Amino acid sequence: MNIFLVLTFSGVALGAIYFLAASGLSLIYGLMDVLNFAHGLFMTLGAYAGYEVATRLPSSLGAPTLIVLAIIGATLGGGLAAGITELVLIRPLYGKPISQILITIGLDLAVVGLLMGGFGSTALQIPVPLWLIEPTHIGGVFIPNANFLAIGGGAVVLLGLEWFLSRTRYGIIIRAGVENREMVRALGIDVGRAFTLVFVIGGAMAGLAGILYTIVFTGDLVSPSQGDSLLIFAFIVVVIGGLGSIRGSAVAALVVALLQEYTSFYIGGHSGWAQIGDLSTVLLLAVVLELRPRGLFGRVA
Amino acid sequence: MRWPSRRIGLLVGGAFLALFIVVPFIGLHVPWVLPGTLDIVNSTGTLEVLALCFMFAGVAVGYDMMFGYTGLMSLGPVLFFATGTYVFDIALTRWEWALLPALLLTLGVSLALAVVLGAVALRVHGIAFAMVTLAFAQAFYFLVESNPHNLTAGDTGLSLSYTRLPSFLSGAVSNTRNLYWIALAFLVIAYAVVWLVTESVTGRVFVAIRENERRLDVLGVRPFRFKLVSFVVSSLIATGGGVVYILVIGTAVPSVVASTTVTLSILIMVVLGGAGTRWGAVVGAMVYVYLQQYLDKVGAEPSFTRLPAVLRVPLSEPQFLLGAIFVLFVLFAPGGIASLVVRHRSRRALGAPALSSLIRKV
Amino acid sequence: MTNAIEINDLHVTIAGSHILQGVSLIVPSGGVTAILGRNGVGKTTTLRAILGLVASSGQIKVFDHEVSSWPTHRIVRLGIGYVPEDRDVFSGLTVEENLRLAESGAEVQYDEVFSLFPELKKRGRQRAGTLSGGQQQMLSIARALLNNRPLLLVDEPSKGLAPKIVGEFAGVLERAAEHSTVLLVEQNLSVVKRLAQRIVVLDHGEVVHRGEARDLDDPTLVRQLLGVTGAA
Ligand SMILES: Nc1ncnc2c1ncn2[C@@H]1O[C@H](COP(=O)(O)OP(=O)(O)OP(=O)(O)O)[C@@H](O)[C@H]1O
Ligand SMILES: [Mg+2]
Repeated sequence: MNIFLVLTFSGVALGAIYFLAASGLSLIYGLMDVLNFAHGLFMTLGAYAGYEVATRLPSSLGAPTLIVLAIIGATLGGGLAAGITELVLIRPLYGKPISQILITIGLDLAVVGLLMGGFGSTALQIPVPLWLIEPTHIGGVFIPNANFLAIGGGAVVLLGLEWFLSRTRYGIIIRAGVENREMVRALGIDVGRAFTLVFVIGGAMAGLAGILYTIVFTGDLVSPSQGDSLLIFAFIVVVIGGLGSIRGSAVAALVVALLQEYTSFYIGGHSGWAQIGDLSTVLLLAVVLELRPRGLFGRVA
Repeated sequence: MRWPSRRIGLLVGGAFLALFIVVPFIGLHVPWVLPGTLDIVNSTGTLEVLALCFMFAGVAVGYDMMFGYTGLMSLGPVLFFATGTYVFDIALTRWEWALLPALLLTLGVSLALAVVLGAVALRVHGIAFAMVTLAFAQAFYFLVESNPHNLTAGDTGLSLSYTRLPSFLSGAVSNTRNLYWIALAFLVIAYAVVWLVTESVTGRVFVAIRENERRLDVLGVRPFRFKLVSFVVSSLIATGGGVVYILVIGTAVPSVVASTTVTLSILIMVVLGGAGTRWGAVVGAMVYVYLQQYLDKVGAEPSFTRLPAVLRVPLSEPQFLLGAIFVLFVLFAPGGIASLVVRHRSRRALGAPALSSLIRKV
Repeated sequence: MTNAIEINDLHVTIAGSHILQGVSLIVPSGGVTAILGRNGVGKTTTLRAILGLVASSGQIKVFDHEVSSWPTHRIVRLGIGYVPEDRDVFSGLTVEENLRLAESGAEVQYDEVFSLFPELKKRGRQRAGTLSGGQQQMLSIARALLNNRPLLLVDEPSKGLAPKIVGEFAGVLERAAEHSTVLLVEQNLSVVKRLAQRIVVLDHGEVVHRGEARDLDDPTLVRQLLGVTGAA
């Protein structure tokens, strides 16, 4: 029972990170038909931006301030990288979805290569305040505080995103565009701006996901291809949740992460089953596709 | 205009083939084209790199049939490539089967997998198809990594045992040239198969599917069958490539032979060379593998370490350079190398009457 | 300014089929011009080409601007309201949100629109996907009328609707035509006769007839052009 609670907390924390990564992917795909292979890169860049902020600013600021600034830096870094990507690489290829996918693959390859050259392929450590490493005593078990940071971050972003999408004009444009991009244009709206915006928002969330993942799951270590290994799970979450659906991403992220945590602990201990946690997510995907090809929350076209 | 250019193609292809067949007998020293330790044409290292080039070229031309001709963007070719390396490796090493049964088992497993997974994945279209195939391949990766029943050795990697192989294939350095010719033969076979399929009526239907799948429905053709054929043949070729890989390299490591990186490399080779042109895929693969090896060696040259960091860091990272080259191609030469060499007229879909008369023949 | 739209030798090819094969037509300012033709001859495609929603070659002038290379939103901002063939309301958005999305500039005429379609005011919070077909068509027309635009492109507003409501919509378009130019695609001949001054008939991607609405009183011509009897 105690272990179950620990697994649940870390599953929800992982789910929060999957949600941050997947919701942006899902919006980008829903609005623009771009399967963004550079999304993992945005996560990685966020983590590196956080590392730079945390290590370059004077340590006299204190570890708590530094980590807050690093998280902000990661979010801005991810958003900035994504915005530039959209304007420079995606925009010239409008109407060529395959080329857009290909260019994100090339970009990911190139920049990850650059990171390996620049920072070395060994992992770098982000300094974090002691509080994040310490656990909190809940219901008879100790839960690492970092879990709460991820869960809180995910919840705040979910609420903010829901507000933005339902209350603001650009939010409405994005929702409408996911449904029928052409008709939005035919109302005289420049969808291109919404494209850039969605990339920036998606990239910012990815950057946040990148640094939170570092803090919660990698022991504060940053490495060049960490985002790419998360990306595959983000894809799985997006497809299970239904392309273009934020709520779908949120639910699917939790389901996938919890499944992964439970199976890898309860089954993965047996020899030959070490990867069952990861494998189970793909099996879940296959089942969902078989029963509901459009995903849990995907609209019937 | 069509015949002469085709004849030139045959001549150039034939000349290269003849050259590559005799390469193992050429002991020339070529300092700049082949860097560092590889600078002798028929050195073991060089022959191994070339064998890898041929192997990937064969896989790439098979992928081109599915992606370039049929318009199916599968992100799962690595699954079949890894099936080739692992099933073959396991049969020889763990079960100590002989060469021929091992080969037959490998192809049989691959065929069954391709038919089943293809049939499932082809229920969805476009991007969803890409994602589903990606997920299948990833599942296979997780499976291989988890070392079920101690078959795959997980992350440690499974070395090929040469005991049951005929002596001319045993891992000895002196056999490298035999492996080199096997890789070359694989490329020739893969190319011939793809040539036969794409030039046939079936191949014309592939192109029609790529151009407008809905129209085929209208003409009363079920595209599914054709897409499955394309998927299966392409997958079998990838499996053949996997077998050649394990023979040449001798070790299967999941992160090298089963990860998505392999899929993306194949995709990049085909696009770099020019999708939908066959020979473009071959050129793309050769250039890609060669550059990858070359840049890696050049980056380690002492003259490089004296460059300022701004230049040295990017220039000594093959992955960066390949990625950047690829981005430039997608932006400025989407037709790939093929479109730079000849003004290639992309194979257009036939008009409805021609198509329906064609389909009656199928 | 005498002509709202001038199209010259317009060609559209979609996925290998040559759908419009040199369409030329003129829509003078003011009044209603109707495009008629059998199913699948390219009427909708013509409207979509004007809006830049499909790639085309040839000349398209809207209010004397050569727009064929413009992006859709820029063409629309010349002052076009569009009622697409299948309504295309955003089904996941509420009625209010659908209208809010259509707002452009300061002159938004909610009062007029709601007086034409009081139903929409009542159902502001309802998701557009749950509206009935007729209500969705109201929303689609309301969206086009919201900004008082000088040019309206309306694609088969009567499609799939009961005769009574078709009459209502015809009345709405009639009033709109008092201050806007309307290019109307319509199969229902009685609606065309009631609204249109000029007609253009398409067949197989080409214009086969240009004339006055009263040409439709000639049954042989109607049968020859549209393959239907004149009594609609
Ligand atoms: N995206 C597309 N792909 C393939 N064919 C298309 C596409 N869009 C239109 N067409 C074809 O172009 C032709 C003209 O279509 P269009 O919608 O313009 O006809 P229409 O005159 O509006 O017909 P209707 O009266 O039935 O609405 C049709 O044969 C149609 O099948
Ligand atoms: Mg129509």
